[in-house]
Amino acid sequence: MTALLRTPSPSVAPPVDSLRTARRRRGRRRLTVTAVLAVLTLALLLLCLCVGNTFSRPDEVLRVLLGQTVPGASFTVGELRLPRALTGALAGISFGLSGVTFQTMLRNPLASPDIIGVTAGASAAAVFAILVLGLGGAVVSGIAVVAGLAVAASIYLLARRGGVLGSRLILIGIGVGAMLHAVISYLLLRSSPFEVAAALRWLTGSLNEAFWEGIPPLAIAVAALGPLLGILSRRLHILELGDETATSLGVNVDRTRLLLVLAAVGLAAFATAATGPIAFVAFLAGPIAARLIGPGGSRVLPSALLGAILVLASDEIGQFALGTRFPVGVVTGVLGAPYLIYLLIRTNRSGASL
Amino acid sequence: MTTDHALVAHSASVAYGDRLVVDDVELAVPPGRISVIVGANASGKSTLLKTLARLITPKSGSVLLDGMDVHRIPSRRLAQVLGLLPQNPLAPDGIVVSELVGRGRYPHQSLLRRWSAGDDAAVASALALTGATELADRALDELSGGQRQRVWIAMALAQQTEVLLLDEPTTFLDVTHQVEVLDLLTDLNRERGTTIVVVLHDLNLAARYADHLFALREGRLVASGHPRDVVTEQLVHEVFGLASRVIDDPTSGAPLVLPIGRHHVR
Repeated sequence: MTALLRTPSPSVAPPVDSLRTARRRRGRRRLTVTAVLAVLTLALLLLCLCVGNTFSRPDEVLRVLLGQTVPGASFTVGELRLPRALTGALAGISFGLSGVTFQTMLRNPLASPDIIGVTAGASAAAVFAILVLGLGGAVVSGIAVVAGLAVAASIYLLARRGGVLGSRLILIGIGVGAMLHAVISYLLLRSSPFEVAAALRWLTGSLNEAFWEGIPPLAIAVAALGPLLGILSRRLHILELGDETATSLGVNVDRTRLLLVLAAVGLAAFATAATGPIAFVAFLAGPIAARLIGPGGSRVLPSALLGAILVLASDEIGQFALGTRFPVGVVTGVLGAPYLIYLLIRTNRSGASL
Repeated sequence: MTTDHALVAHSASVAYGDRLVVDDVELAVPPGRISVIVGANASGKSTLLKTLARLITPKSGSVLLDGMDVHRIPSRRLAQVLGLLPQNPLAPDGIVVSELVGRGRYPHQSLLRRWSAGDDAAVASALALTGATELADRALDELSGGQRQRVWIAMALAQQTEVLLLDEPTTFLDVTHQVEVLDLLTDLNRERGTTIVVVLHDLNLAARYADHLFALREGRLVASGHPRDVVTEQLVHEVFGLASRVIDDPTSGAPLVLPIGRHHVR
């Protein structure tokens, strides 16, 4: 104890070198994991383009992508599978980014936008627009985006009144989400069976209605907000140390948090508008990324890739691996629900608050 | 290294709701010295420290670093000069010690200049000074309370600020580790000239380690000066509402407060 403050004994390896070695080793692991995830995402994209009711060879797919006309493949690949795969990948990236941002910022794996009511807000507004206002197409998506942002803003304001964010925001979000799900159920129950079909994807999330026209808004959102979150990711991981430490390390906590919330909610809302609330993708991507890259590293990019992987793989499973064709949200729901229960049990056992 | 940064509270008042917690405090932190803020529970000592560290904005008055309002100084630049170790810092699950300490380098990095040899050197020297070199590759979760506290101090040291504020860094530690932490801060002060402000609740340790004491009662500064000049039986009564005898500590020469309770009095 008494010798603690002396300079380290010469027998210890030069600490600067060993620190650098350890840091590089961790960096390499993160890089490897991220590269593998990127390759996996591209492979799944290719798989989605090849597999369908008919099989298209990869070289045919490639020629379609290059703009050539391939008999028997141009329509199925170019008009059916490509928009579906792109929508799935972009929505997955958005949900993954949005989820990991919320979870890291609020230091709680339960704090993902699909649990705290942000995506439910977008869904409820879309169902309302379809069933009550009789609208369709891009207008519905626009309304969903606006409603998602509005619901997030009101949850934020309700949680802020006490001046404390965190578990308060999560609990209020869960409450608001439950209320919105009740609204959706009510609207579905009082409408005719024909109308319900169009509204149903807003319940679980599906890529069945993915079309080229729906891609630009989502692509623009990802292109604008994705890099923003990338830039903010270092500050996000300083925020993990708590507001006080983050402030004393020179992070402007309020401004950073506002930017993070806006970007994360924007991504979740645009993705929900394009595909419906694909269950649990936002919730699962971050924790899986954390497992893969190890503690301490930035989970932002790996989570984005994992979001895409989860959506694309689940969609393939939902379409082809089971007897009936299920929308993608059913498959991700089956994956996510057990993990949610596991988290709740673990939280309860450790006696920790949310 | 010379540190002549002047950290000053100018008639600063802080209120939580209607309750005034820090009441019109006027103080200047002596540069290059160890100052200790003492006071009873809820006397506003942590709040005062957080106000000095710009975590709390005073309701009236101001905190100035080198003559500039701390809330006007760009946050990253301020973080290169002024560091704070909060009482309950939070760590991400499973984080490795060297990585946590490395986060202290954040204010010295930017989007383009992410990590340099200088950052490695700062982390290594912070770990060495706190005796945490051997812990570098361990997960923080696995460490004992005393080890963990040394790692947090190492993180604050890696920030290499010339002014370092610490909020009750000895809480939850046994007496050995309390002395160890305070010795460490003294080393830091003597070797690097770092200006240190600590909140402590143990008056005797405060009197021994402080070059300068600030005593608070109900948010008001009631005494300020060298422990030998300000620690008196009268002050102890005023600040803690406690009868006591003050004698010379035979081991250090600092004033030693012997509380007098209702029992066990000769």
